[in-house]
Amino acid sequence: MSQIIFITQNQERYELSAESGSLMELAKANRISGIDGDCGGVCSCATCHIHIHPDHFEQLPAASEIELEMLELEDNVSDTSRLACQVKVQDAPEGLIVTVAN
Amino acid sequence: MEKFGIPDPFEGEREAKGFGTVQDQEDDVMMLLRLKDVRKTAKDVKTFQSGAKPGRIVVPSEVSIRDTRQIPFEVDPPLHGKYRSVLEDWFRRPENTDYQQAIAAIIRELLSEVKAKSSVEAVSEFSLKLQSRALTLLLNIPYAEAETWISWGTHVFRSEDSAVDGDKAEILYSYIDRQILKAEESPGEDLYSILLNSEIDGRKFTKEEVRGVMILTFAGGRDTVINAVTNTLAYIASKPQVLPAVKANPAIITTAVEELVRYFSPLTHMGRVVTADTEICEHAVKADSRVSLCWASANRDPNTFENPNEINLERQLNPHVGFGFGIHKCLGATHARQVLRTLLQVLAEDDIKISLLEAKENIEDWGEFQRKVGYDQIHLSFS
Repeated sequence: MSQIIFITQNQERYELSAESGSLMELAKANRISGIDGDCGGVCSCATCHIHIHPDHFEQLPAASEIELEMLELEDNVSDTSRLACQVKVQDAPEGLIVTVAN
Repeated sequence: MEKFGIPDPFEGEREAKGFGTVQDQEDDVMMLLRLKDVRKTAKDVKTFQSGAKPGRIVVPSEVSIRDTRQIPFEVDPPLHGKYRSVLEDWFRRPENTDYQQAIAAIIRELLSEVKAKSSVEAVSEFSLKLQSRALTLLLNIPYAEAETWISWGTHVFRSEDSAVDGDKAEILYSYIDRQILKAEESPGEDLYSILLNSEIDGRKFTKEEVRGVMILTFAGGRDTVINAVTNTLAYIASKPQVLPAVKANPAIITTAVEELVRYFSPLTHMGRVVTADTEICEHAVKADSRVSLCWASANRDPNTFENPNEINLERQLNPHVGFGFGIHKCLGATHARQVLRTLLQVLAEDDIKISLLEAKENIEDWGEFQRKVGYDQIHLSFS
């Protein structure tokens, strides 16, 4: 069971726990504002853009080329941008902090 | 068993130079074929605008048959974002469980109709009916209204000899005008009434704006959904192992639908008008000319998609542009996804078997490219 903290653009803070799935699925299940996950997690829609806390970014497996190409054209992109559908809960360090990009 | 397939007519030109040319009513279109170029161009909304003269970004151009601007589709930022934020919540309703259950009920009713026949022309007797009946949910209007739309036939905007037919389009436009008047006289919980009561920049939507949203809703989701549903049925008929696999593992429905949308690409392309002289694919492009974003070609780009001409229902990384890309991505995508996901789910759960009897393909003519987009007619049997 990993604890993951989501911070929305309205500065709402959600402390969530999960054992499996992606960060997008976790956010959708908890109706986190700004995470739509329209495509269901196949890296097609970029409606689950998040910023990983800089202290945690390097602890996650690197993004695939396809994910990086999607992020390249996104608004509000940063050095720690990821698509939440591509980050697995089981890979998340305990207490991972993510900020919703939109 | 006939092998199902939608060939990729763009391969040669996509690899050789990255674009093709479509002649259209003396306003030629440079059709962009590579995924990266399509995405980059879709994102650059300043240089490649949608808010040109109404109808001009559509290929073939509808400039000669309508003055109404489709909203938010033919609007540029910042106004585009304001319209979109008014509309987003309504067009996300298909995510709700009761909406999904209502689509399942529509599909089961249709299946009971078609199973009683030995041969069914599926475009008119299944796909058109499913599209029309499901649209009553999106508009939140009485189910019986679908019968009117079904009576229009499969082509409301086109006739046998013309891709853009003003007289036929007028049937839809005058219908929408009558519905807006009705909603104005006795407001309800339907989309017409919601729009009439919506505000933008501190004022109510005008009737012309309501008309613009409704034309988009009807036009954008008609042939596209009909083709996606028909192609899904044809694919299942050619691959009897698909539905048992879905039944055994319903979790693949999400990736399956994204893959079918990628492979089918129900909308071949969409145009933009160039606002300043620029360059694409090392080719000069002049201001006030038109380019189009060829979703169908981009979705077969081998630089991104492994085995692009194969349907892999469990494709995990699938950055397709079947619903467009960027701020103008399809407003009705949530509805379309729900229709296709529920269709697969119901067909699998109910152990439906589909056989192909006879088919006539629908081939679009884009000058140097001839593209199969679906079927004019397809005779199937359901059991």
